[in-house]
Amino acid sequence: MESDKQEPTSDNTRASLEQRLVKLRPRLLAFARLQLADPVQAEDMVQEALVGALESLSGFKGQAKFETWVFGILRHKLVDTIRRRGRDVVAEYDANELADIDDLFNPRAHWAVGAQPEVWRQPENSCERDHFWEAFDLCVFHLPRSSAQVFAMRELMGLETREICDSLAISEQNCWVILHRTRLKLRACLETGWFSKEEVS
Amino acid sequence: MTLACKRATELMSLRIDRPLTALESASLRMHLLMCGYCRRCDSQLEMLHRITARRREDGEPQETDPPET
Repeated sequence: MESDKQEPTSDNTRASLEQRLVKLRPRLLAFARLQLADPVQAEDMVQEALVGALESLSGFKGQAKFETWVFGILRHKLVDTIRRRGRDVVAEYDANELADIDDLFNPRAHWAVGAQPEVWRQPENSCERDHFWEAFDLCVFHLPRSSAQVFAMRELMGLETREICDSLAISEQNCWVILHRTRLKLRACLETGWFSKEEVS
Repeated sequence: MTLACKRATELMSLRIDRPLTALESASLRMHLLMCGYCRRCDSQLEMLHRITARRREDGEPQETDPPET
């Protein structure tokens, strides 16, 4: 991916933005397929989001936030569909596809050696940099599927736990347990993959 | 009253999704006073929650942007 920062204005041309849209498609599709049971519906929704983005490209200004903006278009469509049709459309929840955090704690339930949180070298605003959300999504998609789904509904789509458990037909208690484990796994993954690195590209 | 780290992390995560009860909140606070790793974990989880919320805001439709000059 090309740099988001300090790009010459020529790179902000329609052609280059269209190129970036094409490159973004697989990540959008992975995101939609995580949420929707029907892969065809996921494809259609991504297609609609891409067309929607193309249509409003000329009005697009915030270059550095391009990907976030396109993701936002897809997110609105997903949230809307899930709110309207809930369990009829969401990918089925599977209790066997959840993150396990046994490796993070010792038998006394304290941090296991090697799993203790480290000091993060990269500051919070390093998430504004080019590859951060790619690294982030990679960590999310490495999680067991149902964990990734619940996490994405909560933190990437901004649904409340009440809405999530309704659409997945699980208890809110269960939802909290899943989010707890998933956040810890993701924290560890991002620590290794981004925040404790000396330099990030 | 002492919490193990694992339970403390449960409360840290829960706090993002619903308000803690007074007892939960006090137990967590007490644990954080004593445990540096959990303090680190807590601030990192909060930060991850914050940046994902910001990502959603940044992805809001363009109409909210100031008009082009």
